Amino acid sequence: MSLLEVKDLKVRVEEREILHGLSLTVNPGEVHAIMGPNGSGKSTLSHVIAGKPGYEVTGGEILFRGEDLLEMSPDQRAAKGVFLAFQYPVEIPGVTTMNFLRTALNAQRRARGESEFLVPDFLKKVRNVAASLNIPMDMLKRGVNVGFSGGEKKRNEILQMALFEPAVCILDEMDSGLDIDALRVAADGVNALRSPDRAMVVITHYQRLLNYIVPDFVHVMSKGRVVKSGGKELALELEASGYAQFEDAA
Amino acid sequence: MPAVQETVDRVRQIDVDQYRYGFETLIESDKAPKGLSEDTVRFISAKKNEPAWMLEWRLEAYRRWLTMTEPQWARVNYPKIDYQDLYYYSAPKPKKTVSSLDEIDPEILKTYEKLGIPLREVEVLEGVVRPEGQRKIAVDAVFDSVSVATTFQKELKAAGVIFMPISEAIREHPDLVQKYLGTVVPTSDNYFATLNSAVFSDGSFVYVPPGVRCPMELSTYFRINERNTGQFERTLIIADKGAYVSYLEGCTAPQRDENQLHAAVVELVTHDDAEIKYSTVQNWYPGNSEGKGGIYNFVTKRGDCRGNNSKISWTQVETGSAITWKYPSCILRGDNSRGEFYSIAISNGHQQVDSGTKMIHLGKNTTSRIISKGIAAGVSQNTYRGLVTAHRKATGARNFTACDSLLIGDKCGAHTVPYVEAKNSSALFEHEATTSKISEDVLFYCVQRGLSQEEAVGLVVNGFVKDVLQQLPMEFAVEAQKLISISLEGSVG
Repeated sequence: MSLLEVKDLKVRVEEREILHGLSLTVNPGEVHAIMGPNGSGKSTLSHVIAGKPGYEVTGGEILFRGEDLLEMSPDQRAAKGVFLAFQYPVEIPGVTTMNFLRTALNAQRRARGESEFLVPDFLKKVRNVAASLNIPMDMLKRGVNVGFSGGEKKRNEILQMALFEPAVCILDEMDSGLDIDALRVAADGVNALRSPDRAMVVITHYQRLLNYIVPDFVHVMSKGRVVKSGGKELALELEASGYAQFEDAA
Repeated sequence: MPAVQETVDRVRQIDVDQYRYGFETLIESDKAPKGLSEDTVRFISAKKNEPAWMLEWRLEAYRRWLTMTEPQWARVNYPKIDYQDLYYYSAPKPKKTVSSLDEIDPEILKTYEKLGIPLREVEVLEGVVRPEGQRKIAVDAVFDSVSVATTFQKELKAAGVIFMPISEAIREHPDLVQKYLGTVVPTSDNYFATLNSAVFSDGSFVYVPPGVRCPMELSTYFRINERNTGQFERTLIIADKGAYVSYLEGCTAPQRDENQLHAAVVELVTHDDAEIKYSTVQNWYPGNSEGKGGIYNFVTKRGDCRGNNSKISWTQVETGSAITWKYPSCILRGDNSRGEFYSIAISNGHQQVDSGTKMIHLGKNTTSRIISKGIAAGVSQNTYRGLVTAHRKATGARNFTACDSLLIGDKCGAHTVPYVEAKNSSALFEHEATTSKISEDVLFYCVQRGLSQEEAVGLVVNGFVKDVLQQLPMEFAVEAQKLISISLEGSVG
């Protein structure tokens, strides 16, 4: 059974259809890159998979391990193992990152019928993960993303990904706002999380990110559809010739 | 819809049960006749066996009240109150006694559990009386409220602290009461305070002698012993030179009262180098989902930093009542005195809050600090109203005010009405204010990480009020945090 299956998905925002029948199949262990110009519907896809309000699904379905994902609330999806790394992670003043991480992790565990982490065990786990991502513990005592640099925010997303151990990670424009060094650190963090059980969907404008996170498959989106799929070489082809060639295909 | 309401409805059902068990007749006989007249005032005074001077004081207030009109300036709406259609005195109701927690509605227990109140305290709060035979066993295993209260009383007595119902203090310490009562909130102060002066039922009296640091948070004692916070409470707390006391009123557990109108008066006095820390957790019945019923809470609270280097600090967590009209204030009379006001005011459903503080700088080099966090959800209206003023002789006065409002949903309102008056050029007043809305993006971020909508709102709001929560006595901070989440249940989605 596929891990994530998007079948002929049609999505509207208010009166406008953004996705016009999009299909995508993701198996465990695979890394898929979704590329496309602005407005092609990449972020809409990631939001609909995660369950963000404000989108109306008018056709098609999304299956997660064969279950109807669209029937689940966003927190249920998270507990099942769907993780979205945000393009612009939000700030939550007054809530320490540490508290946030523990509350979220325990909420997920509760939803799965697992026991909650006690503070000492949790601290140990966070310490290990943070060290591997080069995140100082002091950063975790600050409010969630409050005053974090762009790089710190993205590393905080990857920290959460590492802690929650999701089955599918969707990385929405992870490279936006990062300089080359910060990008490398973030990409290393993501690569460390690649595993035969886990799939990743990397959404990006630029081929640049794919030099660091090398995908198994590349899909080109245009005007709400996947217009071409291929191997990692497709990304290089795009880099050379641009998206224009696909505009007509769509 | 406020979630506590359901629980509160169930509490009401217990009251209905009391009626069925025949307690009602007993109550009737102890009620003053309906309406307010000199006779009502005399009735109340006689019930309390008060000395003549006290009755005179009440009557004077009553006559004054007749000449006054109800204030209209607050941003609250309610039908006209018919003061002749109310009862002004009824003896505390006997609670239906139960012999174990098994007899208490599981929903109520759930609320206590959510608040994290230990079961042994729930037994006390819910009036569990163990049968004689079991009681002995229980004393060791279960915290016995009576013996604890006695231990506390002994400890307080040894320290010289007077802590008793004000009705007793009027009889036992008339000199102290006469010296201080009405000196901070005069009988003529305002409509509701004057009404209170005429008909107040009971309340607390605390006197901490010079140089004494009260050996315990009076909250600890309070939680276990005093649940009969009445309709017209009157509290008077005096910290003599160099004394310190921390006092907490109220309870995080939902409270209901048959009387819709509440008008309390609290007076605090600090002498030289003394400090009073007064914390309130208010969770009265807020009314039902249509905005029917609920307590009208018209409170006058004021502290007088009478001595030099004295300090008064107000901390409040206001989550209940249909209407809250409340401005705990500080008169900074002594030189170098300091006033603080930390407030969390939450309104949900149809609740209306008009609350804030007054910092009146009279002495030299006086400082004050105001941190107000207003949270509005549902179709509620939440107003911060504050006054910071420096007298012309109050050289070197300093104030810092931070006033933040958070909106949840798009049908509620937050309003900020700050008055700032500096009558001398050396005063330095700072005012910061923000209004924000819990954004969909923040909520979505949290739920994407596995939190439910309600957990997400609770988390964000608790982050918002963190600075104020830290001011509460430790054991209440945790409960208050949970109370805030419970108060906001059902405010989204």
